[in-house]
Amino acid sequence: MVSFCQGKEEERSMLRGLKWRLIIYATITLFAILLFLPTLTSQLPSWYTKVIPSDKIRLGLDLQGGMHLILEVEAEKAVESYVERIKNNLKDDLKDKGVPVGKLEREKSNQIVLEVSGEKERWEKILSQRYGMMQELSSSALDKGIWRVALVLDSRQADQIKKNAIDQALETIRNRIDQFGVSEPEITLQGIDRILIQLPGIKDSERAKSLIGRTALLEFKLVDEEGNFEEALKGNVPEGDIILYQRSVDPKTGGVKKIPYLLKEKTLMTGEVLKDARVALDSEFHEPYISLEFDDIGAKLFEQITGANVKRRLAIILDESVYSAPVIQERIAGGRAQITGRFTTDEASELAIVLRAGALPAPVKIIEERTVGPSLGQDSIRMGINSVLVSALLIVFFMIFYYRISGVIADIALILNIIFVFAVLSIRGVGATLTLPGIAGLVLSIGMAVDANILIHERIKEELRWGKTIRAAVDQGYHRAFSAILDSNVTTLIAAIFLYQFGTGPVRGFAVTLFWGISANMFTAVFVTRWVFDYLTLKVRIKKLSI
Amino acid sequence: MELIRPDTRFDFIGKKKFTIWVSTVAILLCLGSIFLHGGLRYGVDFAGGILIQVRFSKAVDISEVRSALDAMGSKEAMVQAFGGENEFLIRVEKTTEDLEAVSKTIQISLQEKFKGKALEIRRAEVVGPKIGKDLKTKALWAVGLSFLGILIYVAWRFKEVAYGLGGIVALVHDVIVTYGAISIANIEYSLNVLAVIMTIIGFSINDTIVIFDRVRENVKKMRKDNLETIFNVSINETLGRTILTSGTVMGVVLILFFFGGPVIHDFAFALIVGLISGTYSTVYVASPIVLFWEQHISRRKRR
Repeated sequence: MVSFCQGKEEERSMLRGLKWRLIIYATITLFAILLFLPTLTSQLPSWYTKVIPSDKIRLGLDLQGGMHLILEVEAEKAVESYVERIKNNLKDDLKDKGVPVGKLEREKSNQIVLEVSGEKERWEKILSQRYGMMQELSSSALDKGIWRVALVLDSRQADQIKKNAIDQALETIRNRIDQFGVSEPEITLQGIDRILIQLPGIKDSERAKSLIGRTALLEFKLVDEEGNFEEALKGNVPEGDIILYQRSVDPKTGGVKKIPYLLKEKTLMTGEVLKDARVALDSEFHEPYISLEFDDIGAKLFEQITGANVKRRLAIILDESVYSAPVIQERIAGGRAQITGRFTTDEASELAIVLRAGALPAPVKIIEERTVGPSLGQDSIRMGINSVLVSALLIVFFMIFYYRISGVIADIALILNIIFVFAVLSIRGVGATLTLPGIAGLVLSIGMAVDANILIHERIKEELRWGKTIRAAVDQGYHRAFSAILDSNVTTLIAAIFLYQFGTGPVRGFAVTLFWGISANMFTAVFVTRWVFDYLTLKVRIKKLSI
Repeated sequence: MELIRPDTRFDFIGKKKFTIWVSTVAILLCLGSIFLHGGLRYGVDFAGGILIQVRFSKAVDISEVRSALDAMGSKEAMVQAFGGENEFLIRVEKTTEDLEAVSKTIQISLQEKFKGKALEIRRAEVVGPKIGKDLKTKALWAVGLSFLGILIYVAWRFKEVAYGLGGIVALVHDVIVTYGAISIANIEYSLNVLAVIMTIIGFSINDTIVIFDRVRENVKKMRKDNLETIFNVSINETLGRTILTSGTVMGVVLILFFFGGPVIHDFAFALIVGLISGTYSTVYVASPIVLFWEQHISRRKRR
């Protein structure tokens, strides 16, 4: 009598549990469907998008088309140009202080070798006081009181310069892409000196590449009018001078001419002081040119430079090629200048963007490029959907064929599983994208979901064979199958976590869908199907289990 | 419906002396093929190089594409018909030149040569050699560490290192066999094939654990029987499930193999081999290793 009462009590509480479990599972399912819906259709009422996050599943570039780039920042070059600047300053400094200086050269990327004469204390004082970042590597006395000194850039300083260069490159590229106008670009640092760029749906990949990869170092240098131009062209470039070229394209023949210029090596001003750069149209010839506007410091500097060099020619140089070298007619105040040249409108607007966004502190090199055209992406999506659909249909029919009603239960779990995975993938915060390898991960998780159902069903059948009641068989079946499902799923989860943590791009894409697929599987296969079986045995009290 | 009668008693483990040879020969064959081919046939993803997929709107013969590329002096470029009609793959393997520039030249010269035929660049990949190498080492590390994770978890859950070890050796077996099959069939090893390999690893470890789980359960029940019998009984008891699961998945993969089109075809082939190997290795690699360990190495010897 007592045990009977207990049995009744237990059953009642299980029935209550049945109701609560239904409410919880139904809520989760509804929520998942609501999250997944925006991916399926964009025609949702406006109240919907206000209440529910309307994020869609993000497709990887292999599915939606676009460009994937990995750039390597040649940060060593930033160190090189820093040391180069120090070298130029040092030369002027020593001369100003009346220290006779002979040879003064940069060696490797981070060393300066110079020959000085005069009192040792004097030049040593200048070096230690004003050039603390350069450490004395060696100094030896040559004859006639001349010293040969080798300086090296402090390694911590060099590391800092490299790091700054990489950070600044990242920032600059971000600015450029923003101004170029790409929806949802992804620009991140990868490893130490690599920048990963993902541009979904981009059409003109060549233009994007030239925009991103351009150093865009704008420099102003004086033309050396006194130097022997003929001799310089033969290779005898006067000290402190360089030769740079102007590219000139003949509009009729399309031939490229290179016009040499003999310039003072010293840079008077760079693009750092730019405030704005815009495309403007020449009123006479209707040719586009770029109008520059300097910030306050730049404006003052430009006024000084132009004031001190009236009647001389000032070359405007972008990335080591001369664009124009107009004669300075008078001191220019107001902080404006322009770059002219035979630009097409596209070229001019690209130049304006890179100048506005600033120069790259070091050159970048494209070391990986993957561009997928939109039509190929479409094909891949179709292929992926078809494979998943075919596999799912085959499995659904097979389960019904083999397990009858119980097969239908398994199929419901399977479909819920897929919905849950897509719902999680739609949440922006998860940060997952669906790629081709991701579809493979999904297929694997579907396979494991099927296996979980088969494991449970086979166990229940086994228990029924032993002559247990349906209720007991279901209980035991789930209980016994659980350890196998748990261990195989957790093992796969562990593998997925490791693959995600240590893998790159495609490996990660696989790991993400696998991870969520397995997580959903544990829920649907173990809990949701259990509810249906419990409902059938406790509430409906079926006499025969169709399995 | 019942596929396997409950009293089925195949002597699976009894054949292990024979199957050890089968596994050894298979592995030697696979490694031999990989060795003779000078490693796997790495695609652009791993080896570095250029891959351009173009499609023309009108009929273009492959020789026209070849001559266009020859004319621009790109001798290393290989052309191959691909997928649908008038679609071609152009690839340039390792060159010392600037890959970006070569890729650009190829695209421009094709565009000029086939002006009237509206070509579409469907895919352009330029992978520097450093990137390919990085990808290889990173993928290797990721897979290696995940194996270690699996080993530790399984050893912990089954309270015996042997089970973890057996599972991992079976995985290594399956990976070698699949790579061997890829090598013998001369399939290019790309990122997508890597995804297939990871899928096979997933299926294989799943299969192994399900049978180990039954062994774990039966070890408690069948205290008087020796481990070999327990393994045999466990494999037989789960045989229905093994055939159902592997059969269902195999059915799907076979459909993809025959009807999935040329791109899927290669992946499906690798999956078929990996699935067979994964199911086989549970019984004939993982189980014998656990048996051997428990009988000869473990301190708590079980007979």
